[in-house]
Amino acid sequence: MTNDTTRDIVLIALFAAIMAVLGVFPPITLPLVGVPITAQSLGVMLAGGILGARRGALAMILFLALVAVGLPLLSGGRGGFAVFLGPSGGFLVGWIVAAFVVGLTIERLWSRLGHVNAFIACVFGGIIVLYAIGIPWIAFAAEISIAQAFVGSMPFIPGDLIKAVIASAVIVTVARSYPIIASP
Amino acid sequence: MLTSDYVPGDSIVHRARPLIKVGLLFLVCTWLFVQEGWPSSTIAGLILAALFAIARIPPTIIVAAIRPALWVLGLIFVAQLFLADWRFAGFVVLRFAVMILAASILTLTTRTSDLVDAIERALSRVLPARSAEAISLALSLCLRFIPRVRGIFEEVKNAQRARGLGTSWRALVTPTIVRALKSADEISRAITARSPETPAGRHVR
Repeated sequence: MTNDTTRDIVLIALFAAIMAVLGVFPPITLPLVGVPITAQSLGVMLAGGILGARRGALAMILFLALVAVGLPLLSGGRGGFAVFLGPSGGFLVGWIVAAFVVGLTIERLWSRLGHVNAFIACVFGGIIVLYAIGIPWIAFAAEISIAQAFVGSMPFIPGDLIKAVIASAVIVTVARSYPIIASP
Repeated sequence: MLTSDYVPGDSIVHRARPLIKVGLLFLVCTWLFVQEGWPSSTIAGLILAALFAIARIPPTIIVAAIRPALWVLGLIFVAQLFLADWRFAGFVVLRFAVMILAASILTLTTRTSDLVDAIERALSRVLPARSAEAISLALSLCLRFIPRVRGIFEEVKNAQRARGLGTSWRALVTPTIVRALKSADEISRAITARSPETPAGRHVR
């Protein structure tokens, strides 16, 4: 193992661990729509935005592998293979692609990274791409149309936008004080 | 926090090889979609009930396994009542319940360590030794990082409170992540320094 791959492995393991710690926070329920918002999808945006596309996606794969083998690391103490086959399974698998796309977008915007750019990256990868994977699975497994599944997922959007605001602020601050993506 | 829901036992369901259970789960779930309808879901449900009985899983644990999905399943049932009829709504929810419980029986009757061992062994047969090693390292590092990250988070929270700062998400997450990254870099330097494969280690040897 070269020094670089050792560092990559350590960083991937760290963000998988950060995902697990974010799962401990009790979900906040939005007063208006009554949908629980968990801190974990914040971790998806952070992993991609701080580690970059490849390492961010690998951190998600590692975290989901630990969930799959039965550790109760998802918020609410859920874990095991069952969560992937439930209605929100598509969103979990989508975390891998979402972290990758957030990372890729941040890498592209790296030289002119600001709050607005980072927010766009988080919304694009962490919301649009994520829903584009999660919604078809609900539609397929629940035998409803894509449009109906989309309407059913709408209540989660306000919470996800709040998370994109928080994630982009953190990504920009970390990029300035302890950059990982550009460092050799 | 890091305990899985394993229910100890010595039934044939417990003793079956972990990867065979994973393979069967995959086959059953595929079958439920290929042959979709009441018959396949009912048959799978009955077989599953028999397996739960053989493995002597207490009913309370079975209920606990399905509970997190209940409100979404309820929502889907109501939606399908309007879109189709009660028969179809029942089938869709039954299939979800069967899939979730089929996956749960794997988790309930397999020790996490056995499943990890089985996956690592299977991967080492497919992947080069170096990649398999990297995966084991990542897995064990992650489990060690979880308490460490929680510790850093608690310290940051206390420090912010001592300074009279509110507990805004941003004020907590950013310092936690920066400190966690620094600690991760210390660990990678320590691993690199001790590894005999790197130039730094070679001249020590």
